[in-house]
Amino acid sequence: MSAVPALAVEDLSVEFRTRSGVVKVLEHVGFSVDKGETVALVGESGSGKSVTAFAVMGILDAAGKVTSGRAMFGGADLLALNEHDLAEQRGRELSMIFQNPRTALNPIRRVGRQIADVLVRHGGATRNDAPRAAIEMLKKVRIPDPERRAEAYPFELSGGMCQRIMIAIALACRPALLIADEPTTGLDVTTQAVIMDLIGELAGEAGMATIFITHDLALAAEYCDRIVVMHAGHIVEAAPARELFAHPRHPYSAKLLAATPGETVSLADMASIPGGLPDLRRTDLPACRYSGRCERRLDECTQPLPQRTMGERHVVACWNPL
Amino acid sequence: MLNLLLSRLATAIPSILGVVIVTFMLTRLLPGDPAAYFAGLAASPQAIAEIRTKLGLDKSLPEQFVGYVGDLLHGNLGNSLSTGQPVVTEIATRLPASAELTLFALILAVAIAIPLGVLAAVKQGTWIDHTCRIVTTAGVSLPVFFTGLLFAYVFYYLLQWAPAPTGRLDVFLSPPTHITGFYLIDSALTGNLETFWGALRQLALPGISMAIFSLAPLARMTRGSMLAVLGSDFIRTARASGLSPRTVIFTYAFRNAVLPVITTLGMVFSFLLGANVLIETVFAWPGIGLYAVNALITSDYAPVQGFVLTMAVLYVALNLTIDFLYGLVDPRVRLDS
Ligand SMILES: Nc1ncnc2c1ncn2[C@@H]1O[C@H](COP(=O)(O)OP(=O)(O)O)[C@@H](O)[C@H]1O
Ligand code: SF4
Ligand SMILES: [Mg+2]
Repeated sequence: MSAVPALAVEDLSVEFRTRSGVVKVLEHVGFSVDKGETVALVGESGSGKSVTAFAVMGILDAAGKVTSGRAMFGGADLLALNEHDLAEQRGRELSMIFQNPRTALNPIRRVGRQIADVLVRHGGATRNDAPRAAIEMLKKVRIPDPERRAEAYPFELSGGMCQRIMIAIALACRPALLIADEPTTGLDVTTQAVIMDLIGELAGEAGMATIFITHDLALAAEYCDRIVVMHAGHIVEAAPARELFAHPRHPYSAKLLAATPGETVSLADMASIPGGLPDLRRTDLPACRYSGRCERRLDECTQPLPQRTMGERHVVACWNPL
Repeated sequence: MLNLLLSRLATAIPSILGVVIVTFMLTRLLPGDPAAYFAGLAASPQAIAEIRTKLGLDKSLPEQFVGYVGDLLHGNLGNSLSTGQPVVTEIATRLPASAELTLFALILAVAIAIPLGVLAAVKQGTWIDHTCRIVTTAGVSLPVFFTGLLFAYVFYYLLQWAPAPTGRLDVFLSPPTHITGFYLIDSALTGNLETFWGALRQLALPGISMAIFSLAPLARMTRGSMLAVLGSDFIRTARASGLSPRTVIFTYAFRNAVLPVITTLGMVFSFLLGANVLIETVFAWPGIGLYAVNALITSDYAPVQGFVLTMAVLYVALNLTIDFLYGLVDPRVRLDS
């Protein structure tokens, strides 16, 4: 596999200003995705996965602010681009699909037109050709009877159908990078597999880089080349999927793995991770944000975290890895 | 869509019936004896009784009601006791005055409130947002007759900028040729600039007073609704797709945000129908509101009934229009029926 990064995020920090103070949601986040590679961003809910994606896309809420970092993509730093230039790239070079397909689509606009809007915006089709091109996209995401479905409104379609429409919108302009933020959460298991296969297949065809955000480690292992583990706004471990499953090094990854029902682990053995995420509003957050829950804590753990290389493309941020 | 409108129309029939009954009862229960009023102060009891017979007031209530409904079905609302004219004719000639005033106020309010609300939401926390907040707060805290009186006092009495608050047109100007009954439209159509200007000057103070009153709820609803929509998932999708800010704000956000604004518009319009009565009184505006007030003072109940019925029909028509607009914008409403 060629190791040319499609996206390289370095030292990304994001803060949210809230009524109860500044929340340091992301701190020094770094990871990369190669061309044609699928990387999973895994962590429990609230660990900052979506915020990472929104920051890269430049669609953070007004309260959120990027305080440091770079996101190198196609030779430019996405975080340094102005809104206008970034908007040109979004939907054309980098796309995103979201968790709730039903609410992620404009409820009062025909789905065909929503696809056409993106095509017209990025020059993928002229205004006249756009409806036909939109139907082509619907075919590509294997929506039966695409001519008729193009005229439908989101509320007339199932969740799975809506997610296919989202995929059609995201891939309409053949982006180099796709970020899929929990694209199958809330869908039934069968549809889940269909959607994941569809994303995998279309990404493979186009040689697209994919970031797959999930809290489901098993799903990540099944569909991804590498896994990046996130905890409380820190990247704690990054490794090839097999390697992470075989030898998790960070105590959090190990717990996460143990909490994942897989073929070898029965539901009865499932251990839930003790404790919750630390309160990120605290000003005296420890250097290791997992230390409050960690059973392997040492005295060094209050020192700034090291980045330890454990093998090929296997890095862990921990003083006492497994 | 047509089904939707027909079903709404069907549900409106009972309310119209109710209004017919209520107007009938109400005017019978109001204080004052119309026969005595009509006969004059010096009339003998005998003369009053005669008039009572002539007006049908000596019959039993059910009999009177049947007669009343029969007349209504023939488009006969009775005659005004004070002027002797058929109420239908009088209302028909006065309605355009009220309609012009109300629509002028509403269009003015919409033209200011909606852009203001949209901008306040898009540029949340900036000076335009604060302006919006001040305008909406001021708008709700000033009763419409007070604004009217204040305006007349300041702009006519003190500053002499506005003409005397005495109706639709200065006495020295002749009304335009009757086409729609709206002076602004008719004078514009006939190219009568002098009358157009004169009518606009007369319309300004009462129109602006009513517009200020309707501005507040419209601007507040537009802002709130826009903010809610701008924070929703599909706007994030639109932005993530790189759609231009114009498309995101107008095609995606505004069209969704306009739904509750349409509902508010209907509410504001019905408030305005009521506010008309006050404003027409303050500005001696020859509309149906003033007509009803005068009739009420003189216990002349046929015009009052006519007024209330007209209002009820307008109200039903208004709600149908709102439903129609709603269905036009929102496919979920359209396809549900
Ligand atoms: N608009 C916001 N304002 C304040 N805090 C936010 C906002 N959005 C996200 N956060 C915080 O950021 C953290 C990470 O959220 P998120 O990225 O959505 O987690 P997840 O990993 O489940 O996608 C959470 O603790 C959340 O409270
Ligand atoms: S750094 Fe220390 S406290 Fe943090 S996970 Fe590693 S061992 Fe545990
Ligand atoms: Mg999330």
